[in-house]
Amino acid sequence: MKILVCISNVPDTTTKIKFTNNGTSFDKTDVQWIINPWDELALTRAMDIKDASGGAIESVTVINVGLADSEPTIRKALAIGADKGIRINAEPKDSYFVAAQLAEVLKKESFDIILCGIESSDFNSSCTGGMLSELLDVPSVSSVSFLNIENGQVKIKREIDGGNESVSTSVPFVGIVQKGIAIEPRIPSMRGIMSARTKPLQVFEPVQVDALVEYVNYELPQPKSACKKIEPENVKELVNLLHNEAKLI
Amino acid sequence: MSVLVFTENWDGKFKKLSFELISYANEIAKKLNTSVTALSIGKVEEEELKKLGNYGADKIISANDDRLKGLNNQAYTSIINQAVAKESATLIIFANNSTGKAVAPRLSAKLKAGLVSAVIALPSNLEPFTITKKVYSAKAFANIIIKTPVRIITLFQNSFGIIESPVNATIENFKPELKDSDLKTEIVEVSKHAGKLLLTDAEIVVSGGRGMKGPENWGTIEELATLLGAATACSRPVSDEGWRPHEEHTGQTGKVIAPNLYIACGISGAIQHLAGISSSKCIVAINKDKDAPIFEAADYGIIGDVMKVLPDLINAVKELKASA
Repeated sequence: MKILVCISNVPDTTTKIKFTNNGTSFDKTDVQWIINPWDELALTRAMDIKDASGGAIESVTVINVGLADSEPTIRKALAIGADKGIRINAEPKDSYFVAAQLAEVLKKESFDIILCGIESSDFNSSCTGGMLSELLDVPSVSSVSFLNIENGQVKIKREIDGGNESVSTSVPFVGIVQKGIAIEPRIPSMRGIMSARTKPLQVFEPVQVDALVEYVNYELPQPKSACKKIEPENVKELVNLLHNEAKLI
Repeated sequence: MSVLVFTENWDGKFKKLSFELISYANEIAKKLNTSVTALSIGKVEEEELKKLGNYGADKIISANDDRLKGLNNQAYTSIINQAVAKESATLIIFANNSTGKAVAPRLSAKLKAGLVSAVIALPSNLEPFTITKKVYSAKAFANIIIKTPVRIITLFQNSFGIIESPVNATIENFKPELKDSDLKTEIVEVSKHAGKLLLTDAEIVVSGGRGMKGPENWGTIEELATLLGAATACSRPVSDEGWRPHEEHTGQTGKVIAPNLYIACGISGAIQHLAGISSSKCIVAINKDKDAPIFEAADYGIIGDVMKVLPDLINAVKELKASA
């Protein structure tokens, strides 16, 4: 079996977000780039499954749609343990554009399990995995919080309101994963970092795809009005405010 | 032309979320001078379906197929796609919950209809169709144009509210075709803890962080939550340490919630935590560190030791409830 993990290159989650050109573009100055946190958890789980599979999982590949500046993020995924990287050489325009580029490559290269994080921490759209599955005409299982291969069978659990469901599906499928699939991302070892430099990173040119939506501009939230402080000895005052002023309790 | 709303049910019942979606759709439909059709999938009694009319659903189409047990992304997409064609829908609205996130993107790719997810307000413009969502994990807003003639949006919960607008809704049985190839996934087993108030449904949430010092101290969090009819939540370190179950983790990589009241107990308010709670209507913070970033997000704050403040808060709420 082969596993593919789709990864997005996103600003570090602690980045102070700024925009330039009259709020029309994201200011990349001094930004650290990372593997999208959910994608990193997906990769971590893929590596755990491969390591425990006794060779049944042949390879874990990572794929990214991005320009050359996303290569350090792909190399990090290789350092974590992925065997091979693929980059589709295009600036992502919207989720559909990304999904369509991925689908194009997947017509040529086949995988049994395709994993996507449930959202990316930059656009928070939760779209790419679902769109990709539809374009490939394969099943998708979303909100996946557990994945394993047992006796050659794929075992999946997805989180539902107040519990979980065990789901069976045919391969290939797209698994859209969330927290729980892994708890902490795997940290690259020194050996991993050294070997990542020589692992294959293939670059494909994009196909012509029109975006379906257009980001016009960005705004920062208005600063919040100051927090009303209440003395710790005067907790009754807080209850009073919540009851009479905010009318919430 | 019509506005189609996918209204999910939970064991045959709708939730506030469903009524908010219809209210929202009704506002847009008025501007577009068109009608609202609600699509329900699964077994829902007529009396329950009729409730959607209270918020402005002109027509309710109900699809029930015995082969469907629970959510099946491909089958749902196919059913909704057939409803879009039947109703000539040009705007399709989903909730931005796990079902909406699972199905709306598939429908978008199938129809090549632009999708904006987690929108937080009515469109600011109808032509071109322009709408706002939060991006960069709630650190900014983006204004987005959907360029296609058919549009899909998912609505962020509790961002619009419920508006009653009763109409006499017609109810119609809808028999979409399902192919075997749409039914490749199957739910084998369901495991649910019954009776617990869900974090995503709760109007009030009481949440604990590392300042609670250990799982043995969660009694006060639970007592306050019970008194207020609230759900319990926690910060990431708390769930990572195994003090609390993962489904309580609220923050960027956990649950993103928007209750009316969020009470943060011993949570410093790391930027990733704030990403999950900043849509709360009112935030109360209790923390001994006066410089904790949670106070920048909070509406009310107590600088003090949460272990001492919480018991007092519980007593004060009890007094209030007793006097009411």
